Amino acid sequence: MSHPHHPEHHLPSTYHEKLTAAVIELLAEKKVLPPEKIRAAIDAMDARGPNLGAKVVARAWVDPEFKKRLLADGSKACAELGIDVGSLKLLVVENTPQAHNVIVCTLCSCYPKMLLGIPPAWYKSKSYRSRTAREPRKVLHEFGLDVDDKVAVRVHDSTADMRYLVLPIRPSGTEGWSEEKLAELITRDSMIGVAQANEPTAV
Amino acid sequence: MHDLGGLPGDAIDRTEHQNDFWEQRVDALMRALGTLDPPLVRTDELRRAIEGIGADAFDSMTYYERWISAITEVLLEKGVISVNELSGKIAEIEKREAE
Amino acid sequence: MSARFAPGDRVRVREWFPPGHVRTPYYVRGKRGEIERICGTFNNPERLAYNRPDDPKVLYRVRFMQTEVWGRAERSSDTIDIEIYEHWLEPEQ
Repeated sequence: MSHPHHPEHHLPSTYHEKLTAAVIELLAEKKVLPPEKIRAAIDAMDARGPNLGAKVVARAWVDPEFKKRLLADGSKACAELGIDVGSLKLLVVENTPQAHNVIVCTLCSCYPKMLLGIPPAWYKSKSYRSRTAREPRKVLHEFGLDVDDKVAVRVHDSTADMRYLVLPIRPSGTEGWSEEKLAELITRDSMIGVAQANEPTAV
Repeated sequence: MHDLGGLPGDAIDRTEHQNDFWEQRVDALMRALGTLDPPLVRTDELRRAIEGIGADAFDSMTYYERWISAITEVLLEKGVISVNELSGKIAEIEKREAE
Repeated sequence: MSARFAPGDRVRVREWFPPGHVRTPYYVRGKRGEIERICGTFNNPERLAYNRPDDPKVLYRVRFMQTEVWGRAERSSDTIDIEIYEHWLEPEQ
């Protein structure tokens, strides 16, 4: 039997599910927060995902001037592509042959949600948050990525107001590709920094 | 203890899963509260309230369980809702669910 | 608001251990690094946490060598960048 007010909700519900419903209903009754605003926020997050980040990265790969603007002010550059990240202050860090970047929030789990959507559970885990700061190469190895000795690993701990996006290296063998085709190589994990962008598969 | 950088940790569990609908509502609730002017629960207030839940909160509660507990705490502190109102509303919801 | 430090400046994180809500991780307290950039001026989270949006502070990204932070590193060139508010920084002696 599903809940009369929330058809997606299957009974019985836990204490925290009930608490959530109680808070939301009380705020609505008090006219503090209409339920439409919560619905709108759910929809806003559904519309966000790694495909948006991939669009930004693909543009940066094909347009060097856009890349410069992206590295200078990430949020403003996203707006150029029609991507509204709201109050998110996006800081983009570029992978190069000299440096590989990886993002973590050791204090909680800050993530550029208004661009990439909800973070994966592992990003929020104690293990990722504690170990990435201190032994990033070991963590990356667990993710299947081995960074060469000659490449510096730069960890970025999202401790305050900025949110981070890694700009992965454009794989070779993609000369002349359209942005749409390039975007297909750019994964969420490559924009967190635990992976590279995918290589073009042999056709 | 929330300040985890550099502490020892286990292998990272990379299992992916979708958030339950109630969890999506908590996430949305927090963002919606932040759009009010002034925000009714600030990100910093949420973090501070989570940090205040207790040492074993990370182990005994899930991510969004901590969030809704913290959001509730801040709203109670500000007098937006009262403990009495919450009790009444939760009882009402339980009654509804039993029907 | 004028910034006390500029990119390239050598700084040390204060060895403060206050109670309450802070966003400076334990692992960098007392450590030396270099200003990587000025992020801008934002309200101090230590005040925002208690609903006091009344204390603007300059925010910096500070780059630390992993060897400085942990005493050892997987590779000597590895770094960790953290956003730190101005009141937590002092010039490196």
